[in-house]
Amino acid sequence: MAKLSYLDAIRDALFVAMEQDDNVFVLGEDVGKKGGVFKVTEGLQEKFGEMRVLDTPLAESNIVGTSVGAAMMGKRPVAEIQFAEYILPAVNQILNEAAKVRYRSDNDWNAPMVIRAPFGGGIHGALYHSQSIESIFVSTPGLKVVVPSTPADAKGLLMAAIKDNDPVLFFEHKKAYRLLKGEVPEGDYTIPLGKADVKREGDDITVITYGLCVNYAMQAAEQLSKEGYEAEILDLRTLYPLDKEAIIKAASKTGKVLLVTEDNLEGSLISEVSAIIGENCLYDLDAPIMRLAGPDVPSMPYAPPMEDYFMMNPDKIYNKMLELSEY
Amino acid sequence: MTEITMPKLGESVTEGTIENWLVKVGDRVSEYDPVCEVNTAKVTAEVPSVHDGVITEILAAEGETVDVGAPIYKIDIDGGADGKPAAKEVFETAENKTEEEGVRSNKPDVKAQPAGRRLSPVVMRLIGEHGIDIEELEGTGFNGRITKKDVEKYLAEGPIKQPDQAVNPPAAEKERPAVSERESSVKSGESIKVSGVRKEIAKRMVQSKTEIPHAWLMMEVDATNLVNLRNKHKARFKEQEGYNLTFFSFFVKAVSEVLKDYPILNSSWDGDTITVHDDINLSIAVANEDKLFVPVIKNADERSLTGIAKSISTLAHKARSNQLTGDDMAGGTFTVNNTGAFGSIQSMGIINQPQVAILQVESIVKKPVFIGDMLAARHMVNLCLSIDHRVLDGLVAGQFLKAVKEKIENLNPDADSVY
Repeated sequence: MAKLSYLDAIRDALFVAMEQDDNVFVLGEDVGKKGGVFKVTEGLQEKFGEMRVLDTPLAESNIVGTSVGAAMMGKRPVAEIQFAEYILPAVNQILNEAAKVRYRSDNDWNAPMVIRAPFGGGIHGALYHSQSIESIFVSTPGLKVVVPSTPADAKGLLMAAIKDNDPVLFFEHKKAYRLLKGEVPEGDYTIPLGKADVKREGDDITVITYGLCVNYAMQAAEQLSKEGYEAEILDLRTLYPLDKEAIIKAASKTGKVLLVTEDNLEGSLISEVSAIIGENCLYDLDAPIMRLAGPDVPSMPYAPPMEDYFMMNPDKIYNKMLELSEY
Repeated sequence: MTEITMPKLGESVTEGTIENWLVKVGDRVSEYDPVCEVNTAKVTAEVPSVHDGVITEILAAEGETVDVGAPIYKIDIDGGADGKPAAKEVFETAENKTEEEGVRSNKPDVKAQPAGRRLSPVVMRLIGEHGIDIEELEGTGFNGRITKKDVEKYLAEGPIKQPDQAVNPPAAEKERPAVSERESSVKSGESIKVSGVRKEIAKRMVQSKTEIPHAWLMMEVDATNLVNLRNKHKARFKEQEGYNLTFFSFFVKAVSEVLKDYPILNSSWDGDTITVHDDINLSIAVANEDKLFVPVIKNADERSLTGIAKSISTLAHKARSNQLTGDDMAGGTFTVNNTGAFGSIQSMGIINQPQVAILQVESIVKKPVFIGDMLAARHMVNLCLSIDHRVLDGLVAGQFLKAVKEKIENLNPDADSVY
């Protein structure tokens, strides 16, 4: 097993998937000749040619619309939206067309496609390059939303997403690209979608989160361990549909639950997770469900101290974990 | 015929003991007439009739402890159920209330419904499933909250005190024959039913004595001036005011003045904080045959000697005639105990929680005392102070007691007035 960065693991998944299946092709802004603004698709065009690695115009509705059509005709497109917040012009194609085509056609048609998009802050990207937009997409049946938290998960989940017969949104945390490194299985490697993963065992508190926050929570948990408290960490991995069974199990295990997201607090994904726990685990709860999230302000600011204030980090998670442990 | 139930005589009161029936079967009562005296952990109160009518049956005997909401007597209401509408309304309200309270008291196990403690759903469920008495649990959470882990630990390791109990049984077994021997050799007399007030006294005393690290000191005070001053005014005072000018009043007055200079003795212990009280409310212990009451002289520092003497007289009278209300006994910040009244010359008081000190005023005794090289006959009295050593140290307690001593010794029979 090679030690790869989160970014290299994603590229590896694309290489393996394209080698395995000729129907897989990549399209997006600057993904071909430039190899993507983050260099995720670097080398793909040289290897697979211009017909399978397409540079597109700056028109997201076009990128996604093209993908929906190609997918319905039997291809397996992997579209890249350069930054997650740029996806908004394509929302109609995603929610109204891709997500609903199987239902609308009574199973006659389906759209096996993946849309990859880097999201999240902490990289001095300010408004247009730092947002978490997953909450827009986590209430549309027919769509799957996946956020990997480690290099191995990134590869396994992306390969599974490409093989899935319905549309999958695949959000990659851009700060994780070169920050996270880890052992990644070689060749064909898939992780089932719709399954959450226990990243750390503990019996004092349960932390449920996803994306880069998983890594931050792991760091905080090591710190917390020195105080004598052990945190169970559940990585949601698939945000939609949620793995309710795993959430209920993890929450019931300790009865003290902390939910973490980098997104704005209100109406975020963790609000739904909180509802699941509230509905199912009342008699196992030992403390109020706690949520830790970004403030309810319009966007991640640019100025470093203000960005720090907005952005999640291990210290913030640690403080909240300790509060919950001592409750 | 209507059943009348035990009324709820205070917020946290769940039962009452019938002290005395003031009526008997066949008696006619009017609304608001006293029917019986009920004694709860907090107060003794007369229960008035809520109807005009004739008592037909008495359901609870004197000395019996009855749950709030349980029937205590039956009454035949004048005019029956078709009586005047107003009476009917009262009747219905009373019945609804009965029903409600009946439901409340029917809850299966009081221990499983720990009122006043905040338990999380999982803790509630676990103690229910395993039939745990929450009093045995130790809370390690925020503010002593019992956490799920505390319950799990309890289930895994058993109650905290179990090891001791496990060691004890052999010893207890050895003792048992001795106990039964004693039982057979000692002829038992009357067994006395423990009243609500007695139970409450017992609980408070055990709590105070076990929780507070008591320290104790005594000073001998020359009360000759006090005796002379009082003797000078005693007769005229009684004539003018109608109550006695007691020695005790002088001590209470002196304490209320000195507490101003040593406010830390007028405080309470709350675990994390010591609260120093602005008000000086002096609790005084008054015994009534088998009961002990501690009514409070509120704002004693603002009262004259006469005012204090009057308060003491009023409160003592109320205590002896079972007329003290919860209000009379609430809010004390320091206790002065007149142990001298029954001839004691030395005693160690148990502090009245959450107060931090209690002063025992002993009997005044005439004895020979050296003043310089001269032997003189002086009236001497011991002042005994018990302190909570968590809050107070010997130094401040000693200074306080010395200040009281000086106040008493410096009274001037020729100049001081008692008004």
